[in-house]
Amino acid sequence: MKRWTLFIPFVVFVLLGLLLWRGLYLNPKHVPSALLDKPFPAFTLPTLKTGESKTEATLQNGKVQLVNVWGTWCISCRVEHPFLVELAQKGVAIIGINYKDENDAALKWLDDLGDPYLFSVDDEEGTLSMDLGVTGAPETFIVDQQGMVRHKHQGPITSANWPELKTIIDQLEQSKGEG
Amino acid sequence: MQHSLSLLLFLCCSFMTLHSQAIVNGHEYQFEEESKAEIFRHLANELRCPKCQNQNLADSNAMIADDLRRELYQQVKEGKGSEEIVDFMVNRYGDFVLYRPKVNAMTYVLWYGPAALCVIAAVVFALVMRSRRREEDEAAAENVQTAPEKAEGVSSEEFSVEEQARLNSLLDDDQNDSDPKGS
Amino acid sequence: MIPEYGHFALILALVLAALQAVIPLVGTATGKVQWMLMARPLSWGQFAFLLISFAALTISFVNDDFSVAYVANNSNSLLPVQYKVSAVWGSHEGSLLLWIVLLGAWTFAVSIFSKRLPTDVLARALAVMGMISVGFMLFTLFTSNPFERVLPNVPTDGADLNPLLQDFGLIVHPPMLYMGYVGFSVAFAFAIAALLSGRLDAAWARWSRPWTTMAWVFLTLGISLGSWWAYYELGWGGWWFWDPVENASFLPWLVGTALIHSLAVTEKRGAFKSWTLLLAIFAFSLSLLGTFLVRSGVLNSVHAFASDPDRGLFILALLIICIGGSLLLYAVKAPNVVAKASFNWISKESFLLLNNVLLVVTCATVLLGTLYPLVADFFYQQKISVGAPFFNQFFVPLMSVLMLFISIGMVARWKQTDLKWVGQQLWPAALVSVVFGFVFPLIYGVEYTWQIVFGVALSSWVISSTMLDVYNKANGKSGFIAGLQKLKPSYYGMVLGHLGVAVTAIGITIVSNYTEENDVRLSPGDVVEASGYRFVFDGVQKVPGPNYIADQGAIRVFDDGEYYTTLFPEKRHYKVAQNMMTEADIDPGLFRDLYVALGEPLEGDAWAVRIHYKPYVRWLWLGSLFMAAGGILAVSDRRYRLKVKQKLTNKAEAAEGATA
Repeated sequence: MKRWTLFIPFVVFVLLGLLLWRGLYLNPKHVPSALLDKPFPAFTLPTLKTGESKTEATLQNGKVQLVNVWGTWCISCRVEHPFLVELAQKGVAIIGINYKDENDAALKWLDDLGDPYLFSVDDEEGTLSMDLGVTGAPETFIVDQQGMVRHKHQGPITSANWPELKTIIDQLEQSKGEG
Repeated sequence: MQHSLSLLLFLCCSFMTLHSQAIVNGHEYQFEEESKAEIFRHLANELRCPKCQNQNLADSNAMIADDLRRELYQQVKEGKGSEEIVDFMVNRYGDFVLYRPKVNAMTYVLWYGPAALCVIAAVVFALVMRSRRREEDEAAAENVQTAPEKAEGVSSEEFSVEEQARLNSLLDDDQNDSDPKGS
Repeated sequence: MIPEYGHFALILALVLAALQAVIPLVGTATGKVQWMLMARPLSWGQFAFLLISFAALTISFVNDDFSVAYVANNSNSLLPVQYKVSAVWGSHEGSLLLWIVLLGAWTFAVSIFSKRLPTDVLARALAVMGMISVGFMLFTLFTSNPFERVLPNVPTDGADLNPLLQDFGLIVHPPMLYMGYVGFSVAFAFAIAALLSGRLDAAWARWSRPWTTMAWVFLTLGISLGSWWAYYELGWGGWWFWDPVENASFLPWLVGTALIHSLAVTEKRGAFKSWTLLLAIFAFSLSLLGTFLVRSGVLNSVHAFASDPDRGLFILALLIICIGGSLLLYAVKAPNVVAKASFNWISKESFLLLNNVLLVVTCATVLLGTLYPLVADFFYQQKISVGAPFFNQFFVPLMSVLMLFISIGMVARWKQTDLKWVGQQLWPAALVSVVFGFVFPLIYGVEYTWQIVFGVALSSWVISSTMLDVYNKANGKSGFIAGLQKLKPSYYGMVLGHLGVAVTAIGITIVSNYTEENDVRLSPGDVVEASGYRFVFDGVQKVPGPNYIADQGAIRVFDDGEYYTTLFPEKRHYKVAQNMMTEADIDPGLFRDLYVALGEPLEGDAWAVRIHYKPYVRWLWLGSLFMAAGGILAVSDRRYRLKVKQKLTNKAEAAEGATA
């Protein structure tokens, strides 16, 4: 065998090592949304409080908004809730999807803990959530002025990870009007 | 089209199906036609639970896996085909939920790699064999016997023809003619 | 104080290992024999301190010393004592310590069973093993110290061992597996020693073989135990999931199998030297890679330990130094050890080369599939999954081809073989296998699938051709029985090993095709007729355990109208860890398992119950027992042959002297 061919295993290993090194900084558990840069899925669901029917058109309102998936059965949502109330007070537009929950329990929850949502839709069957690719709660989507999904955040929003989300919202607001 | 080809290939190659066939809450998913049950089982095995640490829909206890199993059941019952159902799942959860990755530009290396490796190995094998024959022919031409390796104080395994014959006669071995028994 | 003793002992072991890594090597470079001889006692000292360290950790567990963080995280006062002991290796830090202790054990063994090794070879090999020990001990002490204390707030009780791990499987599977992983470091050390010295003769192969085979035996058993454990513990009757961590254990096994065959060629014919060296490096490298994959969090797996990028970086550095260094050494020094033996296109050597090629390609394929999600993420920022469908698609054809050639390679002669002659030897076996393949489904009384025909025919081919070869070889002038006695243990080892492959293949084929699964809704008194048995559900009652409360179902099984047994599947609620575990109950049998598990409680007192009939599933693991037994037999031959070889060479020299 030619002399240089003996170096092939070494070279292959170096490449593998580089891949593994980069791999350490990737997160295999973080799966981005399949709906990124796609329109918010079509739906027709009643709101929790008034029973009024809402559709995806409601989201195409020229504002950047958060769509938050929550449920009273979800402990992390309980942890996240006060922060959402704070955000709502600061003027962030948040819409809720009540995921696989009981209406009565949900309404009581909002009464007791405050309602940060412009409105919450009743997704008891989970159909909208499935169309969104939701795997659990809480999950939050950033939807832009044209009703396109621009970001998905898994887990509770906290003061630690809010700045990253705020940056995305700001960027979307600045590029208002561009497709 | 690609997916149904893969399905065919899967059925062909899988006499040793090395994965679980059991489905959580299997009693909830009854079918009247065996063909539909087959599709259900097949997809429940090939679809990944989006939230778990590496489990398919068949094996997972997670809430989302339960929901997706039920959705899968509904769709199979309605008579939807494998490809349609797979597209449904991928549109919502991404390629991540496919345990059989799609064949596209990103996965050519994955799907054609093994065959390429076989070809490379075969080529290397042939080259090595050819170079050995060439060396042996050259050595024979020069009338030099292939010498045993330098053995530093330890007896080498390779004996010359005469030594081998003497060794054999010393061993008084019946099985001289066939190959050595040990491996 | 005991944890501190353990900690200190580990540090002392590190110091000794460092000395062991350096002094003998300096001795080989400078020719100072005294320094080379230091390798042995240093490795004994290292092992002694490692044992003390491990004992200290074990004692901490048994005594419920929750001031030690690792004990607090993995144990509980209510945990049965055997699980307190096995909890020592139940998580990252402790299992690392186990790894290191076993490496110390193998080092110790090499230092003891090496009377015939030249001093410099032993010195280099032990030094290399010392280097590996140093690397792992540094890793443990700096990033994963099991002896760290939780002072001053000592928890009153521990977080309990994960209920999935409170099982016999944890007691045996990791130690066996690690013995295999770590065992390949011996072949690796010998390979590095050969490269460093620039010398590689057939004797090297003879020394390496028993160590490599034993490591392979342990790894075979370890993987098999893992599969068996998953089968009865996870509640779904699956036995292999192509999970990244499972693959990580399988990769060194595949290369290890190639290595033991390649070593055979190097020993017998002096060929494949450079390739064998490379394989020895690969085998241990894959063990290390497995360690990395499991502990770095780079891949998604059900088995993964808690991951930490810092730990990942450290192990990666270890990998780069160890694997990168050895591969570089190989590239530079291998030309010194090239062999000149030649062989024909059709010869035992070429078939063994084919074996190696198939195994290495299989290994590369499994590695490719395991790592591809990482590739996709890094190069394309896409998350994909690669699972069983991919692996099965390539593994099955590759292994089938391998199985086809097992017996041909076994029968073929060294250097040159006539294919026609091989055909003459083996055609009866081929005929029998094809016939049996077609006949089996009829005997078994089940539906025909060509998968079954192919699988059974292939496995029968291996079995019948192997037995035919035994017959051919034993049938000599002195009669059959005498012939059998003359055949060497290493030959029988090979026979058993190959039979093991066939037995496992049959198990896989049949259980994959003929499993019957019934998932039913049962109320007390309900009856299910399935797979030739009658199952009567007698309801569920609460049964307490040492650290759990179980819903225990009772299912009476009737065979042909007669009562056969009662199975008690459980759903256990563990008090401390607050999880719920499904414990299947299995009626094991050589030709079938009856596997019963409880699903969910339904309305009223009805339950979801799964009743599975799993034919030939035990053959899966029986095959691995055959393989392990074969390996042990083969190793037992080695020592015998060494002594005989001395006698023969003496005889040969005497005869030479007489005729001269």
